[in-house]
Amino acid sequence: MARIELKDLRHSYLPHPQRADDYALKKVDLVWDNGGAYALLGPSGCGKTTLLNIISGLLCPSEGSILFDGVEVNDLSPEQRQIAQVFQFPVVYDTMTVYDNLAFPLRNRHVAEKQVDERVRAVAEMTDLTDMLHSKAAGLTADGKQKISLGRGLVREDVNVIMFDEPLTVIDPHLKWRLRSKLKELHQRVRMTMIYVTHDQTEALTFADRVVVMHDGWVVQQGTPVELFERPRHTFVGHFIGSPGMNLMPCELADGGARVAGHRIALERAITAPRDAARLELGVRPEFVRFVAPDSEGALPVDVVGVRDTGRSRIVETDFAGHKVRALVPEGVAVPGGRTGVSFEPSRTQIYADGWIVE
Amino acid sequence: MSAKSTNQKAWLLVAPVVILVAFNAVIPLMTVVNYSVQETFGDNLFFFEGMKWFEEVLASERFHDSLLRQLQFTFIILAIEVPLGVAIALAMPRKGFWASVCLVLMAMPLLIPWNVVGAMWNIFALPDIGLLGKTLNAMGFDYNFTRQPVAAWVTLIAMDVWHWTSLVVLLSYAGLSAIPDAYYQAARIDGASSWAVFRYIQLPKLKHVLTIAVLLRFMDSFNIYTEPFVLTGGGPGNSTTLLSLDLVKIALGQFDLGPAAAMSLIYFLIILLFSWIFYTVMTRGEDK
Amino acid sequence: MSLALKNVSLCVDGQTHIYDTTVELVPSGFNVLLGTTLAGKTTLMRLMAGLVPPTSGAILFNGVDVTGVPVQKRNVSMVYQQFINYPNMNVFDNIASPLKLAGLTRADIRQRVQQVAELLRLDPFLKRRPAELSGGQQQRCAMARALVKDSDLVLLDEPLANLDYKLREELREELPRLFAVRERTVVYATTEPSEALLLGGYTAAMHEGRITQFGPTGDIYRHPADRLTASVFSDPPINMVRVTKQAGQFLLPDGVTTWDVRGPYVGLKDGTYEFGIRPHHVHPAGNMADGAFVEGQVHIAEISGSESMIHFDLLDRPWVSLTHGVHAFGIGERARFCVDIDHSMLFSTQGDLVATMAT
Repeated sequence: MARIELKDLRHSYLPHPQRADDYALKKVDLVWDNGGAYALLGPSGCGKTTLLNIISGLLCPSEGSILFDGVEVNDLSPEQRQIAQVFQFPVVYDTMTVYDNLAFPLRNRHVAEKQVDERVRAVAEMTDLTDMLHSKAAGLTADGKQKISLGRGLVREDVNVIMFDEPLTVIDPHLKWRLRSKLKELHQRVRMTMIYVTHDQTEALTFADRVVVMHDGWVVQQGTPVELFERPRHTFVGHFIGSPGMNLMPCELADGGARVAGHRIALERAITAPRDAARLELGVRPEFVRFVAPDSEGALPVDVVGVRDTGRSRIVETDFAGHKVRALVPEGVAVPGGRTGVSFEPSRTQIYADGWIVE
Repeated sequence: MSAKSTNQKAWLLVAPVVILVAFNAVIPLMTVVNYSVQETFGDNLFFFEGMKWFEEVLASERFHDSLLRQLQFTFIILAIEVPLGVAIALAMPRKGFWASVCLVLMAMPLLIPWNVVGAMWNIFALPDIGLLGKTLNAMGFDYNFTRQPVAAWVTLIAMDVWHWTSLVVLLSYAGLSAIPDAYYQAARIDGASSWAVFRYIQLPKLKHVLTIAVLLRFMDSFNIYTEPFVLTGGGPGNSTTLLSLDLVKIALGQFDLGPAAAMSLIYFLIILLFSWIFYTVMTRGEDK
Repeated sequence: MSLALKNVSLCVDGQTHIYDTTVELVPSGFNVLLGTTLAGKTTLMRLMAGLVPPTSGAILFNGVDVTGVPVQKRNVSMVYQQFINYPNMNVFDNIASPLKLAGLTRADIRQRVQQVAELLRLDPFLKRRPAELSGGQQQRCAMARALVKDSDLVLLDEPLANLDYKLREELREELPRLFAVRERTVVYATTEPSEALLLGGYTAAMHEGRITQFGPTGDIYRHPADRLTASVFSDPPINMVRVTKQAGQFLLPDGVTTWDVRGPYVGLKDGTYEFGIRPHHVHPAGNMADGAFVEGQVHIAEISGSESMIHFDLLDRPWVSLTHGVHAFGIGERARFCVDIDHSMLFSTQGDLVATMAT
């Protein structure tokens, strides 16, 4: 197990990168503590897989260094780094039994057979594979195979970090949450450093203690799920996390509050925008938009455009002076129609300058 | 599931193939069956002989000898070409400029007409003027494939290996390229040796292409005719007279159509039987 | 166009894939087939399209029996989970391909393609080949081909399953609008209950080759006819516990826990029932004094920033609580949960709905 540090990491797939755009990874500085559960979250092409491959040693970064427990490992191969990885598509050794699959990493390292047996049985117990130990790995379902991949990582006691590369891709949708909570449970039990790469916010937020949100080669925010939800540091985080994402609209700052299309919106405290900001935006999550009587104080006039039912709540789409504002209304609460009023919860209303939060 | 297509027009598209197969496989085969049960004399005189030719051929020592030679030949070339082909495929670069160069080099022997291969090796191995033959003799080996059965065999096998290993290489190469990188990465992470990678990843994933390679090489080696005919003509003596050479000798050399036809059929059945056995053994234990 | 299946069944090699099914889809409506993998959704769509003839029964388009008519003679388009486009054609030619087959003039083709491309926001990419597009754009191209054809029946087989989470969210919102054209009937297969709800329209819940219920999506969600439908329409699965009604109370199998019987349950006769409640109506009880409570052993608590998903065991059955806010629990901790009986459902021991308080 190890504490992982990434220092000034940059990577380009081009031989001679010139501009910032040539870099797939644009300067990453991160510290991950020993035994933590981390997620790398972002859309396709944001650089998360590049970062994963750099940590695992499959890719050598163009610039910067990777440290495991303070020791630079840039030049070490994946096997020397003592990592384990679960891939998007299950990798099992088809001709072997489940038992032999789990024993494989130990046998390759010439561990005594008695110890191998002990470890394999312990890991099989943790991953619910005990009943299948003697069947051929090729015959298992996708989630069984992913458990084998994971088991091959858990079986070694010297593993620094286990990495997951979108491990639920091939799992049947109605079984996903089961494997997901199994992973989380295993992490809490063994307390190994785990890194989980995904584009799915639910997977990232539920698995990780800290989530790293990536966008276009940048790390836009690292934080706990609660921080990412309540205080997104970048509009991209606001948009990407939460379903539906954060409502964003251009605004001005005046008299200690914000103004959108001439309407004053209260903020928790007075904010001054950075002088060189080219674009100011106000962001509020649909969870913090409330319907109020149109004539009540501070009510913002909106027109209800559409309502969609999610079972647990309804997503109400409204038009506020030409801006789309969504509100989340819990089950059992009436949804007004036509022209009505909304209010934004001041403590959950954020101001962004050129995409970044103003504090 | 959509096997029962309701579109009758599709049959029209298949028709040319059906006609082609009828003319070049079914009708000739039926002709051979017809000849195999009759005695011929010139002027198209035919007499029904029943199973006589089959009994005669099966009992003849000449047939036994050439069948044995054939089996030996096939076994030896399979034993050399398959492992060698896989080994070369493993050693070839996976991508980049050199991968293309290797592929072109590998494809070259396959592009040469069979009789040219025979002629090339004939000249190449001649003890007095051929590069190979002369070099071997200069090095002190007494080598003359036109006179020594062993030398003839060695030359024949060397020629076949040179000519056909590429096929195994190309098939294996395609099979290896189809293995996702994740498998190799996982194996590195698991600390597997290169032997373990070969044994537990590459070989199992190559199983299907190797089945095809072995089958193709098996059938082809049974059918081999042109190259030994040009190289040794079956000699010296009968030492390299493989089944097909013998068959042609009987049919065209001696114009014994009946026995030749019976022999062809037996020969055909042998290939069919061996192919079936190979296929069953190699694909056993799948699709449970 | 109206599509009806009359006593349709399908057997292949002695195995029944679709059991005797009679259903009349809503003409010009959005019909969702909801069920887990292998529930028979794809098979049913293939039957509707005419790719497979049914073993027995009849398929009627606008009241006309088309059972034996092959797919190319029915006016049907289909979109698959995989992005299927012609790789050697650019986007324009891909979209135009069904029109060319239909023999339209060049000017007509150009106009129709342009129109559909704009609708699906593909107009900037018309000159590109599929390989140069992102996954979402590739799938939009495949959908454009289905749209441009002006077919009476459009079959969409999990079209969003292979897309990024956020993209799925966006397209889900657009889809019903895109396909809502005149006389067109749309059938959409999905494994996700939330997707069915967001798409609205009508839903047929499927389980192991049978349609368990068909009707307006919201109705089925709130009034499932039986346990199977309720579990198909709940992700994570609906929580169930066996209760015995006696003396105005529900008694749980532990013999101790009792809940007061309320609302429509009062009039039911005493006996044993299956009590069902969706995860978002079970909450950590905290210090609450009034209400219906259960106590269980927590497996794992997953926290996603705005809400927590707590998996626990209730009398050997897996239960899930999905609740707002952050609620941390240790593994194996015993905890008390409050069950919101006002949103519960009651099934007979055979699995049929007896009464529901869900609204």
